[in-house]
Amino acid sequence: MMTIEELNGVKAKMADLVQVRKVVREQGELLASKTGYRKQVLVCGGTGCTSSGSKKVIAALEESLKKHGLEDEILVVRTGCFGLCSLGPIMIVYPEGCFYSQMTPEHVETVVENHLKNGNVVKELLYAETVHEDGSIISLNETNFYKKQMRIALRNCGVIDPENIEEAIGVDAYQALAKVLTTMTPDDVVNCLLESGLRGRGGGGFPTGKKWAFAKASQGDIKYVCCNADEGDPGAFMDRSILEGDPHSIIEAMAIAGYTIGAHQGYVYIRAEYPIAVERLSIALTQAREHGLLGKNIFGTGFDFDIEIRLGAGAFVCGEETALMTSIEGHRGEPRPRPPFPAIKGLFGKPTVLNNVETYANIPQIILKGSEWYSSIGTEKSKGTKVFALGGKITNVGLVEIPMGTTLREIVEEIGGGIPNGKKFKAAQTGGPSGGCISAENIDTPIDYDNLIALGSMMGSGGLIILDEDTCMVDISKFYLEFTVDESCGKCTPCRIGTRRLLQLLEKITSGNGEMEDLDKIEELATHMKNSSLCALGQSAPNPILSTLAHFRQEYIDHIVSKKCTAGVCKALLAYEIDPEKCKGCTKCARNCPVGAISGKVKEVHTIDKTKCIKCGVCQKNCNFDAIYVK
Amino acid sequence: MDSLQNAFKGTEAQERELKEVIAKHKDTPGCLMPVLQEAQGIYGYLPIEVQTMIADGLGISLSEVYGVATFYSQFSLTPKGKHRISVCLGTACYVKGADKVLAEVENRLGIKSGECTPDGLFSLDSCRCVGACGLAPVMMIGEDVYGKMTPDQVDKILDKYMQEEGGAES
Repeated sequence: MMTIEELNGVKAKMADLVQVRKVVREQGELLASKTGYRKQVLVCGGTGCTSSGSKKVIAALEESLKKHGLEDEILVVRTGCFGLCSLGPIMIVYPEGCFYSQMTPEHVETVVENHLKNGNVVKELLYAETVHEDGSIISLNETNFYKKQMRIALRNCGVIDPENIEEAIGVDAYQALAKVLTTMTPDDVVNCLLESGLRGRGGGGFPTGKKWAFAKASQGDIKYVCCNADEGDPGAFMDRSILEGDPHSIIEAMAIAGYTIGAHQGYVYIRAEYPIAVERLSIALTQAREHGLLGKNIFGTGFDFDIEIRLGAGAFVCGEETALMTSIEGHRGEPRPRPPFPAIKGLFGKPTVLNNVETYANIPQIILKGSEWYSSIGTEKSKGTKVFALGGKITNVGLVEIPMGTTLREIVEEIGGGIPNGKKFKAAQTGGPSGGCISAENIDTPIDYDNLIALGSMMGSGGLIILDEDTCMVDISKFYLEFTVDESCGKCTPCRIGTRRLLQLLEKITSGNGEMEDLDKIEELATHMKNSSLCALGQSAPNPILSTLAHFRQEYIDHIVSKKCTAGVCKALLAYEIDPEKCKGCTKCARNCPVGAISGKVKEVHTIDKTKCIKCGVCQKNCNFDAIYVK
Repeated sequence: MDSLQNAFKGTEAQERELKEVIAKHKDTPGCLMPVLQEAQGIYGYLPIEVQTMIADGLGISLSEVYGVATFYSQFSLTPKGKHRISVCLGTACYVKGADKVLAEVENRLGIKSGECTPDGLFSLDSCRCVGACGLAPVMMIGEDVYGKMTPDQVDKILDKYMQEEGGAES
């Protein structure tokens, strides 16, 4: 068992070491002198950077430091995600805060020799935005990408080594649990959450305090706390990053939930597709047990709590709370009707609190800093911050955490760095397969739960995919419908048959056979599905179509009436043409055409036989004169 | 040919290992999923023979085991290739052209997503978001991640694995 004094002892021991990574340069240098390490090098070990080779970078770094005899002066820390995934592998040197991007083992050697050994920053390897024209360097937090962000849920991601519990304790881990267990009653915790205005970050936006209050009020000797880490929205990865970068915040918050509702056992249901997150969470659980922060009699207060990991097996519907619990029970992950709600009858039939990862990650900070602090951030009905996984056609792909009420324009143009290749912003998709698209005319809407719903989309878990003019909105609806058809569990008819019928109608439109009345059929069917599906998957499955129909109706009409896909995506509606002005008659296209659809003599303009053309695009790709275009 | 290829070839060692797994989990509530996951780790897939052993071991019906094994996309009832290719079709990858990458792999290997090449070398699946959206579009072969893919890179990457194979045989 660890006492609170011992916890504070570890915190004091580690404080300077981790603080170096959080303060401005001058203070950092002062602090660094007290830590025993002249410099600290943080390398991202999140999934994004690991995929782009950060393991090799770390190995090269350690080897090079040894070669130069620097291994005792310079500390290497493998952290979780910094957020700017498109620039990986990322490496940051403190106390300067120099942000090296797209590192390779060769680059590492250069940085070690010049910067770490001789003190000369290697400017050409820094993230370009951190180097001013006059040669001066700014730190990460001053760049456009980070400046507008406010990191609460992600506060420790990219700051600490998630596999070292002492570093986590150095940045206040388990302080909130200590405070709750020694100075707060369960009612105090519930009230604190209610006053903070925290709403569930998994998509629904239900007030967390209320959820806990219901579960607390439920009668029963055995209750459970669950964490939903089955992040199924394709394109959202904030929960994974939190588990990879700061697993102790989740463990701590679940223990707080256990104390509040009277539960002693927690389950984290996590996607098996997230091996790094599973591993880091397992390590964190083991370390927490070794330090007595999980298990019997935590901090000597008589409170017992432990957590077990359950791996999901790839079913999107298991993100729905009742389906998730059915899956933990070892069955097919099918949802069941509510009520009874999980707070009354949840896992194994017992009262259960279930929150998503990001929701939990906020809680220790709310307990420590108070509900007033938290409710001062955000908009009237949506408090705090939201993490978005920014992806698609945007320059800075990565994780961003912004105060509620930030506009989409700020996210796209400032934080995201705009659309690459000079293309125009067309829409932003939020909420994944359950959400919808926000069009350019609404780009100045402040983002919060209610505004997004008013626009026909939803917050969802936080995927934010930017679409440019080359994206066909009918095709993107079809993409999401294909997803929900695959993932519909089949238990209720409106969802099982409805999604399939919607997809057939969309396929009819994209193949050039659509009729105007299909749009009415889509809208009617969508309404039925929303009203009569058993769970949120079926109820929200029509959203991608309905929102694109609302904001991009003309595009559907173009597909149906003019048989035209303006974005040039829907193959059946495309026609390849040869521009007679540009064609030199080189015969290359005719030679490469796999079906012999192109004819023409040498040095004469060629033509495409549209009855033979399979629209493979080989001719366009091979033309040296840009003479082939899509109509 | 098909039946020959798919005939169950479990060893006694594998069966012993499976029985240990069953014994370890038997008394935990909701243990079927972890048992199936570990069983797939042992055998590489979950043929009917393995499902039967699990049903007998846990004292539940085969239909219940089959129901769970077929519900989740992670579980496979057919063997996978030596190199498991999976092309991410998450949204971020899709809008950046992952469908074209998948089509190119299908074209090159002559199999559809969800199938295995006749020589057992490659199996192909699409998956939903590996979470490396910064590298979209992403393709994975075993544990190796290939980011920022274009269809014309497919040939070169697959060649590498085929050559390794050729080299190993000669």
